[in-house]
Amino acid sequence: MSRLALFLSALVVVLFLAALVIGPANLTITQSLKALVFGDGGPMTLVMREIRLPRAILGLLVGGALGLAGAAMQGYLRNPLADPGLIGVSGSAALGAVLSIQMGLAAALALALPLMALGGALVGVVLVLLLAGPRGSSLTLILAGIAISAFAGALTSLVLNLSPNPYAASEIIFWMMGSLADRSMVHVWIALPLIVIGAVLLSTLSRGLDALTLGEDAAEAMGINLTRLRLSLIFGTAAVVGASTAVAGAIGFVGLVVPHLLRPWVSARPGALLWASALGGAAMILASDILVRVVLPERDLKLGVVTALVGAPLFLHLIYRTRRWGA
Amino acid sequence: MPAGAVRPMSVSVQTSKLTLALGLAGALLGAPVTARDVPKRVVSMNLCTDQLAMLIGGQGQIVSVSQLAADPRSSAMVEQAKGYLTNHGRAEEIYLMQPDLVLAGTYTARATVRMLERLGINVVTFEITNSLDAIPEQMIQMGHVLGQEAKAAGLVAQFEATLAEYRADIANRPKAALYHANGYTSGDRSLAGEILTVAGFENIAASAGYAGGGVMPLEVLAMAQPEAVIQSAPYGGGSRAEEIMDHPVVAALRENGEAGGLTDHDWMCGTPFVLQAIADMTDLRTRIQEAAE
Repeated sequence: MSRLALFLSALVVVLFLAALVIGPANLTITQSLKALVFGDGGPMTLVMREIRLPRAILGLLVGGALGLAGAAMQGYLRNPLADPGLIGVSGSAALGAVLSIQMGLAAALALALPLMALGGALVGVVLVLLLAGPRGSSLTLILAGIAISAFAGALTSLVLNLSPNPYAASEIIFWMMGSLADRSMVHVWIALPLIVIGAVLLSTLSRGLDALTLGEDAAEAMGINLTRLRLSLIFGTAAVVGASTAVAGAIGFVGLVVPHLLRPWVSARPGALLWASALGGAAMILASDILVRVVLPERDLKLGVVTALVGAPLFLHLIYRTRRWGA
Repeated sequence: MPAGAVRPMSVSVQTSKLTLALGLAGALLGAPVTARDVPKRVVSMNLCTDQLAMLIGGQGQIVSVSQLAADPRSSAMVEQAKGYLTNHGRAEEIYLMQPDLVLAGTYTARATVRMLERLGINVVTFEITNSLDAIPEQMIQMGHVLGQEAKAAGLVAQFEATLAEYRADIANRPKAALYHANGYTSGDRSLAGEILTVAGFENIAASAGYAGGGVMPLEVLAMAQPEAVIQSAPYGGGSRAEEIMDHPVVAALRENGEAGGLTDHDWMCGTPFVLQAIADMTDLRTRIQEAAE
């Protein structure tokens, strides 16, 4: 397990550095790292510190948040199909973010953007948990998720179509697919506090989720406070997904793919899967963001496209397997 | 632009003669001798044809202009537009205005234009203006379709005289970038690019490889270090597309150089109002050069 931690950490570091040295400005590796660390006040420093650094940090944060949220939801629901994107939490967060921008709240107070997104995500999580029930059978969970996703997506489109801003309507795709293009340090500072708070809340779940694998009664017998666990899960997930979506749009499938790939490596223990998925999610978003910059640098290919190309086939595979095992 | 100056002038001499004998004009232009009537009910459904028609059209000749003509963000003739009916570019409403001529842009909703043509309405489409040289041509074309050749010729002469005053050899050109929503930049071969050049700036889009315009990454803008970043004013409601104009990189360039001028309604269409844009940009350039000294 510690070898897994070492491997994932090394992978994240390598991808983070790669994200820093790849870009359209054609700087050499030494040039760019020197400009980043020492800073000569010239254009290279500007590129490194104001464009590439925030993008790489956001990739790390958003990926970690989505991987963590996916692992936590899956552990709590004991269902491998629970992904914040698929069950409508990201979509609801995007609706909150769009509302805060279009109502002018985000312009008045920077933190209104992630807070409104958190509010949207909170509504999404609570709705999905209520609809799917405490044990969350796969079918009801996915159906509830589809309904919430579709409704939140429609409302997001409606708000953007009603906006007086002619560019707003064309941004429906950003809110549905997500992108890290042209983000700045401002966005890092907007997202960071809520992601940290949410991550701390979710990391306290580790022991509870492990205990929950034995069933709710057994978990309670082991001294796990299920109400507190549930509240931490709801607020933690809403905080990390809300803050991520507020700055990067709704990126799907990260919370599905990463826990699935890493589960065998942590002996299927949901508690250990939390930190592993956070690292894995960071690696996946950093790699996807490098990919969109290398493959189609001119087109601002959305991150969600890449994650869906990887994630959707896996999702189908999981559905097929769930059906065969008779959920 | 010597060649451009000569050609439209010769046309305007010709057209002023033609207005004396409209029948003869019709014959020369290949229309039936008596049938070249001056249109009496003209509806324009494109922002740019709106403004040209309002400038060149005769008293009571224009019935309706598009709703954009009354939008101060896009139109340089908001006050004038109040005197006309507003249309929203829908075939039905335009047909009910019973126009004898409809003016549209080549990119105006094709289906609507075709529908109007099927209904037997004469539709004239105008090309998008991508250069300063095309402006006199369009004014002459508008004068011709409205039967106002003399008026158009007068405006053309005025336009070209003023433009010629701005066209001077500028030895020391400050670098500037046109940077719009989504990071779109206008290259040299565009109306905005030509406005910038005539006003004495060097457009960095060309040297950065975006001569034809396109989406220029922030990194490229940062590396080019323009002395002025010229942007459009953001719309209400907020959008991610326009957020890029407040990115710290753009803000830093604004600090290093000169505050970005705003591309407003004067830049939108190939009308004589571009002269105002050129004047504003020339002022900006003079300020930058004086600050540098």
